[in-house]
Amino acid sequence: MSVADSRNPAVDASGTATAQRKLRAFDIGGLILTLITLVFAIIWAFPIYWGVITSLKPESQVISKTVELLPRTWTFDAYWEVFANTMIGRWYVNSLVTSLGVTAITLVTSALTAYALSQLRFPGRTVLWYLILASFMVPLTALIVNHFILMAQLSLINTWMGVILPQLIHPVVIIVYKNFFDSVPKEYREAAKMDSASEWRIFSRIYLPMNWGVTTALAIVTFIGAWNAFLWPFLAVSKPDMMNVAVGITQVNDAFGVHYARDLAAAILAALLVALLYLVFQRRVTQAIMLSAGVKG
Amino acid sequence: MIRDQRREWVAAYLLILPFVLIYGVLFLWPTVQMVYLSFTDAPLIGPGKWIGIENYVEMFDDRRFWTSVRNTSYFVALTVIPNTLIGLAIAMMVSRLKGWQQSVILAMFFLPYILPVSVVYRIWNWMFDLQFGIMQYPLTWIFGKATPVFRTQWMFMPAVALVTIWWTCGFNILLFLSGLRSISTDIYEAAALDNASRWTIFRRITWPLIWPVTALVLTIQLILQLKIFDQVYLFVQGGRPDPSMVLVQYIYNSAFQKNEGGYAATISVALFVIVIVVSVLQFQFLRARGEK
Repeated sequence: MSVADSRNPAVDASGTATAQRKLRAFDIGGLILTLITLVFAIIWAFPIYWGVITSLKPESQVISKTVELLPRTWTFDAYWEVFANTMIGRWYVNSLVTSLGVTAITLVTSALTAYALSQLRFPGRTVLWYLILASFMVPLTALIVNHFILMAQLSLINTWMGVILPQLIHPVVIIVYKNFFDSVPKEYREAAKMDSASEWRIFSRIYLPMNWGVTTALAIVTFIGAWNAFLWPFLAVSKPDMMNVAVGITQVNDAFGVHYARDLAAAILAALLVALLYLVFQRRVTQAIMLSAGVKG
Repeated sequence: MIRDQRREWVAAYLLILPFVLIYGVLFLWPTVQMVYLSFTDAPLIGPGKWIGIENYVEMFDDRRFWTSVRNTSYFVALTVIPNTLIGLAIAMMVSRLKGWQQSVILAMFFLPYILPVSVVYRIWNWMFDLQFGIMQYPLTWIFGKATPVFRTQWMFMPAVALVTIWWTCGFNILLFLSGLRSISTDIYEAAALDNASRWTIFRRITWPLIWPVTALVLTIQLILQLKIFDQVYLFVQGGRPDPSMVLVQYIYNSAFQKNEGGYAATISVALFVIVIVVSVLQFQFLRARGEK
């Protein structure tokens, strides 16, 4: 690379001075770029802001011909209406139970499998590993019809289990765990073996505690994914009282015309938990997304 | 020694058992069933009889199937490359910032990605509302009158694509940011000493060094957007779904609205094959480019 070649030891005092002058000139350009970034970020986040603000207005002010960036009257009326007229509390419970179910089962089964793949030798190991890798390419969306048939045969339509089961295929979690287990120094395992500890003990006392960080990250992202899932929960449930909140808020039909404040209030409530999770665990979410994407390549 | 090995096998099988059960029952079995079902005339629930490749013959003659293939391709074309390039541009803007400024600005760009699709739908449905939507200001300025974006045929897909990019770009931004961080600052300093312009620096340093990430993002995006359903389904509600039908929607339509389980399975097999072929092809192509 030619630009790199110019870096020779002979960058003398005058060279440094030019560089510094250049850096100062850079800063004006840099300032403009920062301003553009800021404006762009505000535009990007505006729809969310606008949704929140609209939900805090009385319906009569929502349908105003002028743009009011702040409500003239702040009110939670739209939220009370959602609580009074929809089953949002029930939907929240459904979302919580199914998302926690998906997260717990996925993480436990994946961690166990990853430990076996990483630390143990057994017939069928290679086949299993290739099956997991291959399932990356397979679009689970194509299986909706047969998932539905299977859940109907098991009488699991309109149940929590029926929502949970088809969402449990996450090969990426196994691969991330395996990478982390692979990098645990062998000495730990050997020492534990000397003390004739069982595989379960080694897994639960050494490998799992050493990787709590990645477990937290994967758990948060799996939870957010399950909470936000739309297609499968939408198919698996037809009874309003079994719906997840992400599906429920789209199924409330407007018998009395358009109520934007109310609809947006329901939407804000549906997103509230995952948005807070992200804001609190920003670093973990970022880490898990990188880890999951890194192995997809 | 042999006993030790036996013990290891037993332990391993016990550990993988729960996953293997889930994988078998919820992944391998439905996949096999899907292929079988596609050769029958079964309704969604209940038995059907074997009709050979009749469904496949019907599919190749089905105008609505080809419409859904075309619409899906159109959506992919509208989203994949723009979403990748916008992600890179935003990541470059964000990566210049430091400390808390970077965290705040990044969060503003990333937050939409955390939202459920139905929330995204509610927000943008309101933004584009015909009477009171804030987007009607620019739309009226461009077209001279208020425009029902999601009820106007030619605007539907581009508008859904725009919303999708807004929703999912945060993911791309994150990947590009980590890619940009791994480029050594020494190279940039050297380039600055060399009086290289911003454009030269981008073309000669950033773009080639970030290419592996770009390739990764393109791959993930392509496979993701081929499976588009949620946004199209939600935004078309109350309108005519047929002209903007996408593949997964056609599967849904055949199975759950027309009760044609066998035919829906046939379209599912088609989607299955398309996604696998595209991912294999793209993998090969990107590897070839990467080796150059």
